[in-house]
Amino acid sequence: MSVRFALLALLEQGPKYGYQLRSEFEQRTGSTWPLNVGQVYTTLTRLERDGLVEGAGSDEQGHVVYRVTDAGRDEVATWFTTPVARTQPPRDELAIKLALAVTVPGVDVGTVIQQQRSATIRALQDYTRLKRQEPLDLAWSLVLESLVFAAEAEVRWLDHCEARVRRAAAEAPAPEPSRTDEKQETTR
Amino acid sequence: MSAPVLELDAVSRQHGEGATLVQALRTVSLRVTAGELVAVMGPSGSGKSTLLTLAGGLDAPTAGVVRVEGTDLAGLGPAGRARMRRTSIGYVFQDFNLIPALTAAENVALPLELDGVRTSAARAAARTALEEVGIADLADRFPDHMSGGQQQRVAIARAVVGDRRLVLADEPTGALDTETGEDVLRLLRGRCDAGAAGVLVTHEARHAAWADRVVFLRDGVVVDETTSDPVESLVETGA
Repeated sequence: MSVRFALLALLEQGPKYGYQLRSEFEQRTGSTWPLNVGQVYTTLTRLERDGLVEGAGSDEQGHVVYRVTDAGRDEVATWFTTPVARTQPPRDELAIKLALAVTVPGVDVGTVIQQQRSATIRALQDYTRLKRQEPLDLAWSLVLESLVFAAEAEVRWLDHCEARVRRAAAEAPAPEPSRTDEKQETTR
Repeated sequence: MSAPVLELDAVSRQHGEGATLVQALRTVSLRVTAGELVAVMGPSGSGKSTLLTLAGGLDAPTAGVVRVEGTDLAGLGPAGRARMRRTSIGYVFQDFNLIPALTAAENVALPLELDGVRTSAARAAARTALEEVGIADLADRFPDHMSGGQQQRVAIARAVVGDRRLVLADEPTGALDTETGEDVLRLLRGRCDAGAAGVLVTHEARHAAWADRVVFLRDGVVVDETTSDPVESLVETGA
């Protein structure tokens, strides 16, 4: 995640110091991606080096305040108008687990799927409880919805996997007796 | 713990016999107490809708007992069950099922009027119910002149009018967009928070997530159930 662009975008609203940037970032994203203040200052130093922000003196409490430069503004504008790149799919443990579950003998795929579905729906119940706490800040509610949509997509995919696995089992040419043989084989 | 508003005790329902025998539901037990919303999830043919029709007394089980507010529906007889459906049970369907020739208020008042409540009293109760779902201003409109979301609100008002304590919803958001569907869930949730018992049949996880518990059906059997205890919070609030 590009903290760099997020900080630049926040500075577009006016000069700020490190702690302020951190708390505004977390307020908008509901603390979904905690930032440590060290990370904020390291990023600000790099942005300053690259000419995207500049020091704007200190406030009464002595906080070093930064403001965005014209080059920084251009950088933010480009960020907002460029789609986020779909890079290599991240290594998805669940997809890998299911791919192995359907190939490794003796794994009850139905149970693997159901346990995951149950866990994901519990997470969704949790997100929904958060949604019910009104009034919900718009920025945070969008982040929360992204979690809801991702969990929902996972459940739909699990439903799909289950239907496919069931159909494959129904279409499998192996007659009943050989399946019991297999079971005996694995229990030996 | 309060007595359940709805209780299914080892309920089975089979259709046909011999080679054409279908076990739609097999020894399913479920208790829903006041204030609780339970979601039932499962693929097509898993028995979700059968469960709901049995819970609402629209169909009778081949084995087991269905109790609504402590009364065994089988012991009531057809007339008694019909009365129970009018006074204690509210339904919300996917396609709203409003009567096109009646206004919103008339649709909502209908179950009360069928039950012998005087027209003026029934209409007053209908107005209150419409107010509760946020569309009091549409009371005199006909269903054709309302959006899907508004029609579903009327259907919810009809389901809860006269203080019915059991609300059964069968894919109530199926015909609505995400946002409008969410509003419907919020209303159902609010109704349960106010003391009704609710059963929501859905295949959508995001809607099931509004429930306190989610029951999973496969081939007529309950295969799993999430508990109502909140899991350790996954994200902190932004407050």
